[in-house]
Amino acid sequence: MAKKLIDFVKKHFGDEVLDAHSRLGNDTVVVERHRVSDIIERLRDDDATQMNMLRAITCVDYLHREPRFEVVYILYSIAKKHMLTVRVVVPEDDCNVPTIEHLYGCAAWMEREVWDMYGVTFEGHSDLRRVLLYEEFEGHPLRKDYAKQASQPRLELLGKERDSVEEFNRYVKDKPSEGSRQG
Amino acid sequence: MAEDIYKPIDQDIHSEPMILQMGPSHPATHGTVRFTLTLEGEKVIKCETEVGYLHRGFEKECEEATWTQVFPYTDRLNYVSPLLNNFGYALAVEKLLGIEVPERCDWIRTIMGELSRLSDHLTCIGAGGLELGAMTAFLYAIEGRELVWDLIEQVTGARLTVSYGRIGGLKDDLTPDFAERWAYTRERLNEIHAITHKLLTRNRIFLDRMEGTGVITPEMGVSYGYTGVCLRSTGVAYDVRKDHPYFKYGEVDFDVPVGKHGDNMDRYLCRMEELVQSIRIIDQCLAKMKPGPINTDDPRVALPSKDKVYNTIEGMISHFKIIFEGVQVPAGEVYSYTEGGNGELGFYIVSNGTGKPWKIHVRSPSLIVMGGIHKLFEGGLLADIIPTFDTVNMIGGECDK
Repeated sequence: MAKKLIDFVKKHFGDEVLDAHSRLGNDTVVVERHRVSDIIERLRDDDATQMNMLRAITCVDYLHREPRFEVVYILYSIAKKHMLTVRVVVPEDDCNVPTIEHLYGCAAWMEREVWDMYGVTFEGHSDLRRVLLYEEFEGHPLRKDYAKQASQPRLELLGKERDSVEEFNRYVKDKPSEGSRQG
Repeated sequence: MAEDIYKPIDQDIHSEPMILQMGPSHPATHGTVRFTLTLEGEKVIKCETEVGYLHRGFEKECEEATWTQVFPYTDRLNYVSPLLNNFGYALAVEKLLGIEVPERCDWIRTIMGELSRLSDHLTCIGAGGLELGAMTAFLYAIEGRELVWDLIEQVTGARLTVSYGRIGGLKDDLTPDFAERWAYTRERLNEIHAITHKLLTRNRIFLDRMEGTGVITPEMGVSYGYTGVCLRSTGVAYDVRKDHPYFKYGEVDFDVPVGKHGDNMDRYLCRMEELVQSIRIIDQCLAKMKPGPINTDDPRVALPSKDKVYNTIEGMISHFKIIFEGVQVPAGEVYSYTEGGNGELGFYIVSNGTGKPWKIHVRSPSLIVMGGIHKLFEGGLLADIIPTFDTVNMIGGECDK
């Protein structure tokens, strides 16, 4: 594979590049996490790269490695048809990466997913909430130390929901012949 | 005097926006999705999306299974076109292993993948018609889908949960009479395609609901990570099959239909045209393919034949190793992408050199499409949500992680 994307990043952000390799058709750069937003912005806007599409953001939990997490950005250029994987390493005690929400429309959503599943926070994100799980869920299920069989306590219904269930049960008990409430 | 009578009608009577919860039990929101809409009259001014959760834990389950045991889970991602998920995952693992599959396997994968795409598009078109009141069109589309599923059943042994893909090959070859049965199915599919055009494409009601609704611009589509028909309807001709050919897509001739306006009608028309292209691809594959093996002969990956397992010690050991320990995939990571039923289906997989995946991330088009769906709703009418949500073809199973 052409290594020109790796060279591009090295040329402009040489100090921030921790590692780079090209394997199995994937070009990868591992960069300093505090500059990741600038690097991706440059890759998006420069005429030579035009990485206008963010394919995915995900995270890998290397449980026994230090630093523990790695956030992975997969960038693609529709015009140039080339792809670059940008990875940043994130330590467990300071689980924080700058957001790239302002660069791509879908980034905010994908970052929410990473936060939900791995507990990596994105600094400057405008609305970092869980996306697939509910607010009361404790922990982050795709972390390797979250047991597969773990279960969460059942949620109590809110007051008004409980009232409406009771009202319905009372109604069914009192007037079984009438069927639906509208009848 | 007359002017006074009409005056109050022209005044804006909606002084405050109304909040409306649509879903999760709304018939059009697939059971888990909820939209919290802020309405001004019938106009949607803000939409907050919650995708909900089916509690299957696809990625977590994959990390606990061997590489081969992941296939049944991939069936349940986009359950309208499970074969495409099977092959997408198989391709990712093969990339990491650095192996090539036999030629016939690639042909069969192309054929069965396109059959799945037919099923996916027919379901989406039919269900879309149904939600707008076109029951007849729905019944015809479902007839077409059943015919496709009959073929899939004949080859894989199952209609929905096929688990047909294997690392380095396939579960089975095509049946001997496949081409014959395809010829029959093909005729009927062409008829159904023509009937659907007659029923829907120039239908006044259908046009009024579809044209100019759920509009997305090319820039917005790219920025929100839209792929597949959703992106192509805006005029961006990005198709993984064309831009980065895999299997045998580089050796067959087909067109990538694109739209102009990025509205619901364009998405519908793109799907209709893709049905024709898929039929074209299958025809060419059947004409070009030759007999041969369908599984790789690499003993690290392929299960030995039963003959070898029962009669040779090497065969038996190999069988045990693959079943109990799993295929030993070298350490590393790879992002592999294919064209799924509703967009780019990507697998980012990480191996630590054992028989189980360390991590499998699926770039599911359905989840990503939901990240930008509020852009399609906002500014439109409440009723436009129904056709728009249908034409983006969001599949609940794929939304899940």
